[in-house]
Amino acid sequence: MGSHSVAVEQPAYDFKIVRQFAVMTVIWGVVGMAVGVLIASQLVWPELNDIFQPYTHFGRLRPLHTNAVIFAFGGCALFATSYYVVQRTCQTKLFGGILIPFTFWGWQLVIVLAAITLPMGMTSAKEYAELEWPIDILIALVWVSYAIIFFGTIATRKTSHIYVANWFYGAFIITIAVLHIVNSAFIPVTLTKSYSAYAGAMDAMVQWWYGHNAVGFFLTAGFLGMMYYFVPKQAGRPVYSYQLSIVHFWALISLYIWAGAHHLHYSALPDWAQSLGMVMSLILLAPSWGGMINGIMTLSGAWHKLRTDPTLRFLVVSLSFYGMSTFEGPMMSIKTVNALSHDTDWTIGHVHSGALGWVAMISIGAVYHLLPVLTNRKEMWSVKLVNTHFWLATVGTVLYIASMWVNGITQGLMWRAFNSDGSLTYSFVESVAASYPGYTVRVIGGAMFLLGMLIMTYNMFRTLGAEQPEASQVEDDSSMPQTQTA
Amino acid sequence: MDINALRSISTILVMIAFAGVCWWAFSPKRKKQFEEASNLVFSDDVNTKNNPEGEAGQPESGEERHK
Repeated sequence: MGSHSVAVEQPAYDFKIVRQFAVMTVIWGVVGMAVGVLIASQLVWPELNDIFQPYTHFGRLRPLHTNAVIFAFGGCALFATSYYVVQRTCQTKLFGGILIPFTFWGWQLVIVLAAITLPMGMTSAKEYAELEWPIDILIALVWVSYAIIFFGTIATRKTSHIYVANWFYGAFIITIAVLHIVNSAFIPVTLTKSYSAYAGAMDAMVQWWYGHNAVGFFLTAGFLGMMYYFVPKQAGRPVYSYQLSIVHFWALISLYIWAGAHHLHYSALPDWAQSLGMVMSLILLAPSWGGMINGIMTLSGAWHKLRTDPTLRFLVVSLSFYGMSTFEGPMMSIKTVNALSHDTDWTIGHVHSGALGWVAMISIGAVYHLLPVLTNRKEMWSVKLVNTHFWLATVGTVLYIASMWVNGITQGLMWRAFNSDGSLTYSFVESVAASYPGYTVRVIGGAMFLLGMLIMTYNMFRTLGAEQPEASQVEDDSSMPQTQTA
Repeated sequence: MDINALRSISTILVMIAFAGVCWWAFSPKRKKQFEEASNLVFSDDVNTKNNPEGEAGQPESGEERHK
């Protein structure tokens, strides 16, 4: 869109970058979830480990799965939506010039490097931070650019308020920068090998301070930012209580940062730190549910829209899963409950209740909202297929979570069962055998979710292919921002 | 001052901060301002041509709830 079309009150938004990230969200979603289905199948059919050893071994593909779904799928969704939301709620074009395409290509390069190095076994062995130090430096550069673009756009806004979604996105960007830089403090030995700068219990605490805040800020605050724009927009109603959004924002960000210690219950971590982690996790229920209630109540008076709008269904069901998993999380952080759940499949179920139910569903809903806007269409190429996707995703998630609950509690109970003489009732492998039916159900649930993503990919390309003519102008709206004078 | 006194003080400071945020957010003086802010989601619909949603994206009766 050239300057000729920029009237005084018509901001020329940069939607090209939004579109790039939105398309890659779906592509990486398919890739990451396909790897997920593969490794879930390996637990049912162990022969699948041998496709191309050692690169296809579970231990090498599992971090590839987590990195692909969290940072490739979730990351692209966050980039796409934050760039979109910050422009529209600040009513100004993205700030940052050349940095804007740099964040896109830099982030894609990070993902490709992850997909190469992780199956090769290059890992720093820190969960969700496995990538080796040269990639970590690239991530830091992309992230700092992201922060400059985001906060630069807010600084040059045309509105007086900073909309609450931007507060959540902003907190996510700042905190992830801090977490990544602190946790990735390594001492490099070679180009592909490094050792953590911390040692022992301190290293574990830094790792889980990072790990849990990756959940709290990457997978929660960022996606709450998404929720605060796309739920009101899709429902056609402003958020239920703006005041509640402010209170729960400050409560959420000040509490999350303390909760990481609950990953280290009954470990070498000092007992008081474990208890602190547990108490902070329990209190966290309140601000988490504040966000959920605020999102769901936004629909009050507009519930009938759920009958006809599958995009809105994705957004609202994601909030239900968010409420569910943020209840489950504090419960699992209680030390006595954790004694049962720790190291079992219950944890995996909890993670996927959040990852599939909350993070993936709200991202999918947001992308289904974005694609028609970016192509100047009224709706997706096929709303019917959106609805099919919705049911596949919902049923798939429920199957996944339920099977992991059953497995987790079974494993926890079998591991702690003692005979009267003090010996263990079950050997470990007996608990593996007991988990077998659950693993099978999980593959079915995961495959359904993946099938939904494949349908989404098809629908997306049909929508992009059937773009309305004005959209070509949007495409020209490249990474060269006009100087906006307020 | 021992460590427990510091711990108690920090708890009280956090409580005061929380009460402060609540007071700031819910004070009637700022009600109108927040109402404006909550409508930012819709306010650029009129101004931009990048808006194919049409009436679907318009707020309906959101203001009623804020009264």
